[in-house]
Amino acid sequence: MYPIVEKNDLAAKVYRYVIKAPQIVKKARAGQFVILRLHEEGERIPITLADWDAVQGTITLYVQAVGKTTTMMSMMKAGDSLMDVVGPFGVPSHVEPGKTFVAIGGGFGIAAIHPIVRAHKLIGNKTISIIGSRSKDLLLMEDEMRAISDEVRIATDDGSYGTKGFVTTILKSMLEQREPVDVVLAIGPVVMMKAVADLTRPLGVQTLVSLNPIMMDGTGMCGACRVVVGNKMKFACVDGPEFDAHAVDFELLMARQKMYSPQEKISFDIFEKICEAQEHRETAAW
Amino acid sequence: MKIPRHGMPEQDPLERAKNFLEVPLGYTAEMAVEEAERCIQCKNPKCMEGCPVNVKIPQFIFHVAMGNFPLAAQTLKETNALPAVCGRVCPQEEQCEAVCTIGAKVEPVAIGRLERFVADWERMTGNVSLPVIAPPTGKKIAVIGAGPAGLTCAGDLAKLGHAVTIFEALHKPGGVLVYGIPEFRLPKQIVDAEVSFLEKLGVTIQCDFVVGMTRTVDELMNEDGFDAVFIGTGAGLPYFMGIPGENLNGVYSANEFLTRVNLMKGFEFPNHADTPVPMAKHVAVIGGGNTAMDSARTARRLPWTEKVYIVYRRSSVEMPARKEEIHHGEQEGIEFLLLTNPTRFIGNNGWLVGMECQKMELGEPDASGRRKPVPVAGSEFVLDVEAVIVATGNGSNPLINKTTPGLTTNKYGNIIADETGKTSREGVWAGGDIVIGAATVIKAMGAGKKAAAAIHEYVQSKK
Repeated sequence: MYPIVEKNDLAAKVYRYVIKAPQIVKKARAGQFVILRLHEEGERIPITLADWDAVQGTITLYVQAVGKTTTMMSMMKAGDSLMDVVGPFGVPSHVEPGKTFVAIGGGFGIAAIHPIVRAHKLIGNKTISIIGSRSKDLLLMEDEMRAISDEVRIATDDGSYGTKGFVTTILKSMLEQREPVDVVLAIGPVVMMKAVADLTRPLGVQTLVSLNPIMMDGTGMCGACRVVVGNKMKFACVDGPEFDAHAVDFELLMARQKMYSPQEKISFDIFEKICEAQEHRETAAW
Repeated sequence: MKIPRHGMPEQDPLERAKNFLEVPLGYTAEMAVEEAERCIQCKNPKCMEGCPVNVKIPQFIFHVAMGNFPLAAQTLKETNALPAVCGRVCPQEEQCEAVCTIGAKVEPVAIGRLERFVADWERMTGNVSLPVIAPPTGKKIAVIGAGPAGLTCAGDLAKLGHAVTIFEALHKPGGVLVYGIPEFRLPKQIVDAEVSFLEKLGVTIQCDFVVGMTRTVDELMNEDGFDAVFIGTGAGLPYFMGIPGENLNGVYSANEFLTRVNLMKGFEFPNHADTPVPMAKHVAVIGGGNTAMDSARTARRLPWTEKVYIVYRRSSVEMPARKEEIHHGEQEGIEFLLLTNPTRFIGNNGWLVGMECQKMELGEPDASGRRKPVPVAGSEFVLDVEAVIVATGNGSNPLINKTTPGLTTNKYGNIIADETGKTSREGVWAGGDIVIGAATVIKAMGAGKKAAAAIHEYVQSKK
């Protein structure tokens, strides 16, 4: 069992969890992920590591409640335990010194870029973080990102904070101003990652994305997480999750992410009905 | 010799195609004793040589014939840590029963069914006897992978008095026994019982632990104090066919499909299990091995599935699956499209809507000795399916090889090991599918056994 040590409610159904998993902390590196399972009948879901604490033996995860499992997880509290947390999985991010590193995080993708930016900062790279959300109150981890970035630039869709527009609006102007950029990393919704790739491709700027296809075991066994990169089939769990953004088939990734959408809806609807009935009973008891 | 071989009572095909309960129901005690009486107790028992783990077959059958089931169980477990599993999934017709002396004249003794009976009897009556365990040796051994090879190796080493820890990547021990072989062929409670038997022998099982990621082989040996390591990680990297459209939604590897249904209990989705499973009406399974049969029969049982095909490019003669499984599949209404080869998957908006196939005919024998299938020109047709399960084999998993310097592998990524499983790395053994490529449960168990003997010798000779 893996106890939740701390849980915080953040913006837009996003929650921060600090979970005891000392075995994983020992090996955790930037860019890696874990797979967790809530209970005996639960599914296995991959979540990127946002942070870890070697002294406490804890990992930090940001989870957005979208389907049954993540919504159930959102109902858990500090003191509750997850059934399984396994990992770390995936090839760690490649970091080399002497680079200007631009990390782009959209929505709760910011949590995923956090340890990677830190890894670059630690070896002395110049780090510029471009983070964005729909509006100011939905922006995550601003302070954490400021602490490890030489510069933080912010975009909000509604203009309530920072630049009005998308993270790509900021990147575009950086590239147009010919600011020096050696490596770009983008993590967030697929449309955002694709837009970043489209911006940097004509300029030949090295660009990486971290892919999040449907996954089960994380060891390369099931083949569910297959993605196509440079016309070759890759398994995101063991070959990735980071890939050359200019070679990724994003259309395929988007299609495959919807593979179980009809089933996920059925599952979620049943779950919501059960929750409603439960609430009903509790109200009736009053 | 007048007694004919006892048939196996089975669930009715029409009934069982709607449930996940076990298909063969098992012998009654009377049937078992009668069947055991058919054994002529050869002086030179060929059946034992035919068994990869050398089960003392005539002895255990003798005890069954005498009605002494506890002693039969004890005899079985001297050499086989997983008798209830072997009695169900071993290809006995190619091993012990193939060389049974009476098999030359009449049907061979039903060794597998007797093994199953004895193991089930012991489990059901609850008097599980523990074999003699040697005094502690003070040696620590790490076993990587809780599949058939690892479980067998761990069991033998524990009996010899070593402190054994099994590291398993998934959340449940059993390997292919839990994620691959379906409930109706091997009920999971049987795997659980055999795993808990190992725990009674003193084996520690650490799930959610991926060697190569959570910890490397070198760390286990240099920092965690393990004196030897056995790698039994299996063949778990699915092969795809390299034909157009195979990344369409609706094309699954057999590993994914079977893991979703078996390990994750997807047959109880959406009410009791959270892991979604394909909900297609028409399903085709590509391949002719046991995994293909398991996939097809599993798909057949899902309540929303109406039609299941097996698509295999050779004829039924070349099918590698067990005859019994093919027969069960036919009885359950699976349609076999033989001498048929898929050429491309047809999609609409990213979703599979059909599979183009072409008919084949058999030509000259190829490198495998089987007649090579040759396409028949102009024979293309489209099969209307919304799900296809690819069961054309597995390669080796790269996680351990990549993180263990000095471990020699071949061009397929299989670990190179000698007869006893000894690898190029001092103190490291390997066995099962990771060495020989995808094979059977019992072959993996045989490899685990041999490695256990060699590891014992090695750690005992070390100061």
